[in-house]
Amino acid sequence: MHYLPQMLFALVLTIGIGFFIKNVSQLRRNIRLGRALQVNDNKSQRWKNMIKIALGQTKMVVRPIAGFLHIIVYLGFIIINIEVLEIVIDGLFGTHRIGLQLLSKPIYGFLIGAFEILAVLVLIAVIIFWIRRNGIKLKRFLSSEMKGWPKNDGNIILYFEVVLMCLFLVMNAADTNFQVLDSGNIVSQYIAPIFSDMPANTLHLIERSAWWLHIIGILAFLNYLYYSKHLHILLAFPNTYYGKLTPQGQFKNLDAVTQEVKLMMDPNADPFAAPAEDAVEPEKFGASDVTDLSWVQLLNAYTCTECGRCTSECPANQTGKKLSPRKIMMDTRDRLEEVGKNISANKGAFKDDGKQLLGDYISHEELWACTSCNACVQACPVSIDPLSIIMDMRQYLVMEQSSAPSDLNNMMGNIENNGAPWPFNQMDRLNWTSEN
Amino acid sequence: MESSLKVPTMAELFAEGKQPEVLFWVGCAGSFDDRAKKITKAFIKILNKANVAFAVLGTEESCTGDPAKRAGNEFLFQMQAVTNIEVMNAYEVKKVVTACPHCFNTLKNEYPGLGGNYEVIHHTQFLKQLLSEGSITMEGGQYKGKRITFHDPCYLGRANGVYEAPRDLIKKLDAELVEMKSCKSRGLCCGAGGAQMFKEPEKGNKDINVERTEQALETKPEIIAAGCPFCNTMMTDGVKNKEKEASVKVMDIAELIATTEDL
Ligand code: SF4
Ligand code: SF4
Repeated sequence: MHYLPQMLFALVLTIGIGFFIKNVSQLRRNIRLGRALQVNDNKSQRWKNMIKIALGQTKMVVRPIAGFLHIIVYLGFIIINIEVLEIVIDGLFGTHRIGLQLLSKPIYGFLIGAFEILAVLVLIAVIIFWIRRNGIKLKRFLSSEMKGWPKNDGNIILYFEVVLMCLFLVMNAADTNFQVLDSGNIVSQYIAPIFSDMPANTLHLIERSAWWLHIIGILAFLNYLYYSKHLHILLAFPNTYYGKLTPQGQFKNLDAVTQEVKLMMDPNADPFAAPAEDAVEPEKFGASDVTDLSWVQLLNAYTCTECGRCTSECPANQTGKKLSPRKIMMDTRDRLEEVGKNISANKGAFKDDGKQLLGDYISHEELWACTSCNACVQACPVSIDPLSIIMDMRQYLVMEQSSAPSDLNNMMGNIENNGAPWPFNQMDRLNWTSEN
Repeated sequence: MESSLKVPTMAELFAEGKQPEVLFWVGCAGSFDDRAKKITKAFIKILNKANVAFAVLGTEESCTGDPAKRAGNEFLFQMQAVTNIEVMNAYEVKKVVTACPHCFNTLKNEYPGLGGNYEVIHHTQFLKQLLSEGSITMEGGQYKGKRITFHDPCYLGRANGVYEAPRDLIKKLDAELVEMKSCKSRGLCCGAGGAQMFKEPEKGNKDINVERTEQALETKPEIIAAGCPFCNTMMTDGVKNKEKEASVKVMDIAELIATTEDL
């Protein structure tokens, strides 16, 4: 019987981590549904970006209040996880506060004291976040794409945080030995009096319950991530690493098109030559579904925190157009999940469901409203590029479907015929020199 | 003064066996749009005054392909690019200056991958160089103390990180540079980019250029300075929409300098 709690703990831990591994492998599989893309240039710059943007949160502080609060919650999250390490060791080996045996009393007290203070700061930050989300009417949390699950998701995480922080403080307050130690109970000493009249047994029960609930809560949180915008706490790191390094204005040139153009421009090429035997099926231009996007774009979609900074900077969205770069990312993720589930349900092969990202999720109207201004890319705190998805889908619309708005078809016709977007003759390009 | 504009073409110089220092890429707007042509001329006056050895491609220039690419027509873009690159490479062009941020961005970032490698700079950067070399002086003092706000073109600012060159020039005019609440990396688009210039906007509750003009007018400017022919059109329309054209002018940086130099 003596080992029962330890065995139980090992079981809970195994289940929690097991599910997490399953989630991660599903995530990996879905991201790899994207087109191949080699990203192995400029490694040192990529590491720097990851450290600066993901770890250092440099882009969060552009909005100082939200940025500051976020840093508190983020630091709280990371540092309090050191405490989780202790819980895991204690749980597996049947020890109690192993840290006290490994570290000197003042150091241990300092650490736990710091955690307690952070827990309170996190609580305060989370309450302010909750008010921002639900009390004051902040426009970027009210958009249509934030109804239903996305809204609940944002709040659920906040409740999670509150419960976890409270459990941590109660666990410390109800631990008589820890209170007697009087080192590190900076906050919990004020909660302890609530329990002072209780018999030792009850106290022990409360302490144990808080301890168990705390670790179970953390494991639950870990497995909740996959279904939540909070996946960014993990994916922000790879995503900032793989983020775009070239100037924002530089859009990639399609290699498949380059080959065709070169062939057309080459006076020696024989236009009637039979296609080479091994000619691969011509690549589809642009994107109509998630599998046409690159894996980095799909990683982007899973990383999106749904914060709406992109959308609130978007000129189209600000002036009432349907386009919202956040929605582009959320749609991409939703569709990818749908495709992933389809594959899982059909033993690893996708069964046509008659749907696609273009049209069923993202409308033409949204795509044509974009000015390619890069404000969304600039605003994103985790290096997501919604614009690249918009452009890939425009390419599909124009090159595969010839369905650009008629004004744009005129413009393109002019370029093709006159070398200018307006119906002026190329031979008149110097006329301005002789006009007044 | 108009008649004295010296605009050599690459073909003419080539026939004389000469090679200019820099190619001035005029662009479609700069060649055909009435408002933008004034900017082209202002810039040329400055180039003439500073004795810059430049040339234009003239009738050998063709659209860079930027609006086609942003509209999704990669094919047309690359056709344009390859044609232009062939012409420029034949003239052994090394350096290109342009007054259009869209041309600037495309030539600088998207042409190298297709075989066109040039040093490409925006005309505000070029003017700043002329100033620091002493080739232009900007002594007129016409804009002394005037409130000027600068609208960042997306394809100059965010897209390529050029924020300071135009601002430095405005400060050199002794003008009072006033910033809009969203400027530099957070500057709001004028609404023309991504081929929007050539189509009707989607349904919404406002036009983007009006929104941006309102932001500009909040700074109580006498002049809204621009560095892009398309922004210029959009902001000019916005000012008209707000019925402020009598008190607020929209001018390109090159025009400001040309007038202060009394050209
Ligand atoms: S690039 Fe397009 S989606 Fe992004 S902010 Fe600009 S207009 Fe909006
Ligand atoms: S794309 Fe970036 S800025 Fe936009 S909602 Fe997602 S995380 Fe926020």
